[in-house]
Amino acid sequence: MTSAEIATQLKTQFGDLISGPAEFRGELTLTLADAERIAEVCSALKKNFGCDYLVDISSIDNYGEDPRWTIVYHFYGYEHHQPLRLKTSVSEEKSELPTVTTIWRTADWHEREIYDMMGIRFRGHPDLRRILMWEGYPYFPLRKDFPLAGKSSDLPEVGFSRPSPMAGGPFVTIAGGKDTISREPRVRIPETDALATTNRVERRADIKDAHGEGKGPGPIEPKK
Amino acid sequence: MPEVRDIQIPEPGARVAAASDELQDMQGEKMVLNMGPSHPATHGVLRIVLELDGEIITKAAPDVGYLHRGDEKIAENMTYTQFIPYTDRLDYLAPLANNVAYALAVEKLMGIDKQLPPRCQYIRVICCELARISAHLLGMGAFALDIGAITVFLHTFTEREKLYNLFEALTGARFTTSYTRIGGLSRDLPPGWVEQCRKFLEEVVVNFDETETFLTRNKIFTDRTQGVGVVSREDAIDFGLTGPNLRGSNVNFDMRKAHPYLIYDQLEFDVPYGTTGDAYDRYLIRIEEMRQSVRIVRQCLDKLPGGPVNVPDMKVILPPKERVLTKMEELIHHFINVTQGVNAPPGEIYFAAENPKGELGFYINSKGGGTPYRMKIRSPSFVNLSIMSHLLPGHMVSDITAILGSFDFVMGECDR
Repeated sequence: MTSAEIATQLKTQFGDLISGPAEFRGELTLTLADAERIAEVCSALKKNFGCDYLVDISSIDNYGEDPRWTIVYHFYGYEHHQPLRLKTSVSEEKSELPTVTTIWRTADWHEREIYDMMGIRFRGHPDLRRILMWEGYPYFPLRKDFPLAGKSSDLPEVGFSRPSPMAGGPFVTIAGGKDTISREPRVRIPETDALATTNRVERRADIKDAHGEGKGPGPIEPKK
Repeated sequence: MPEVRDIQIPEPGARVAAASDELQDMQGEKMVLNMGPSHPATHGVLRIVLELDGEIITKAAPDVGYLHRGDEKIAENMTYTQFIPYTDRLDYLAPLANNVAYALAVEKLMGIDKQLPPRCQYIRVICCELARISAHLLGMGAFALDIGAITVFLHTFTEREKLYNLFEALTGARFTTSYTRIGGLSRDLPPGWVEQCRKFLEEVVVNFDETETFLTRNKIFTDRTQGVGVVSREDAIDFGLTGPNLRGSNVNFDMRKAHPYLIYDQLEFDVPYGTTGDAYDRYLIRIEEMRQSVRIVRQCLDKLPGGPVNVPDMKVILPPKERVLTKMEELIHHFINVTQGVNAPPGEIYFAAENPKGELGFYINSKGGGTPYRMKIRSPSFVNLSIMSHLLPGHMVSDITAILGSFDFVMGECDR
């Protein structure tokens, strides 16, 4: 079965819904008129036409035109070794179409990426979250009205944890201490700069302040 | 304040009973462990949020995007030629292969991919295969390193260093090669390079054999990899795996055989594929692919034709400098090529090349002119990693390094 045969048979099955194929550089492109039926067409492609491999889903922003979004699906069949491209359009008001994750599980991340980059939602997707940008990022960077230089936005709360036990550099040694315990390498606490004092008891208190009670390293109290 | 108590030492029999009681209580109690983004086994900045029941993974959620640079957005804002250095930074372990794949995609859009001079095609194949050897050497070394065999990493890195010397002689850069141009190459082979390459091939084959003695029949290695991370044929296709990871799962598919680009249809080579789809199969395939790459490069060096390396169309490539300075027409071509880029027709193409990590595809949507209207990079690492949330549950924590190592991904390509 060649790509052209698949295209013809798909057209007979779905009638006016599918238009094309347009050929360019030996590649066939079909156009689906109603994006709501994409899952149905994809399911037929996989079951009846052996397109078991979903190569890629990409999206195009036709900024200033209506409909604004074009979703491009690339299929391939490992049996017949024929590629096929299917395009469908979604208006900006709607910005939503059915998911194909139930047909190919690889669609999961492709659809998440499109949602992340373009802001097009996939109805029925099991886990439609941002994937490349962080959760809570307010823009959709691949849209044509998003500037190349980017827009400023708030970074998420990254520093949520306390200073790690070795924060500020390990192995800081105080030379000239009176015994081995006070001379041994230990953590430098940036906030309090515990090393400013050579008094063991004070330093212990500083470390407790920085790390919390009973946490973090500190010199071992010598036995009395 | 925690209460201080004396340590009670129960009878051994009671201790076993108490321990088993305790374990039963622990069942179903899940712990969430954050792995990455800066963990040596995640090969860059992959983060996986694991949910553990004891040492068994019950849920895994890969979190990608820490290396996202917006390459697709950048591509929309520059000429085709200007984007070539960005392709170096996709799969930064095989920049030459990315250069070739990207150049071929743009050439397909322009309809000149069949007009490339033979010498250019041969050199490009050599580049692709040397890049494959380089990427697999590192991937395999890092895989072995992750599961405890440090010697292999140092051993394969020695050969990789020689490859970098070859790349430096060829392109002027060891790492970010940017070697191809739309319609050709940035330069021809330097004098003596063919001999250096032949010498390298003789040495690297020995290295493969030595590496295999370290690993292939090593009991520790086989125990860590056989039956670990098994991907069934159905899952591999359903999740869109490509490259060695797909072939490991008993799918005999290689872009170089199925849809030969360049001169791959004139070369003799075999495509190895596995039967069980475990981490060990993926390792064996990478070893064999490198041997086949050596075979391909040898054939190319033997048959390497003379002649130019660029298409003879001055509207595509930069004209020679002496003509630019003396001829009006070439001066105009040079000016247009540099400022506006090559004039691509309107249309859309998808071109995929068999890269070391899998199928690297470029979908270019052009409205004419020197810049793409939209360029989507279908990166193999991104797709290959999407199977992790399905594959990891049920494995032990220590299997993660073996599985991630055997999948051999690059985050620069995954996050783009």
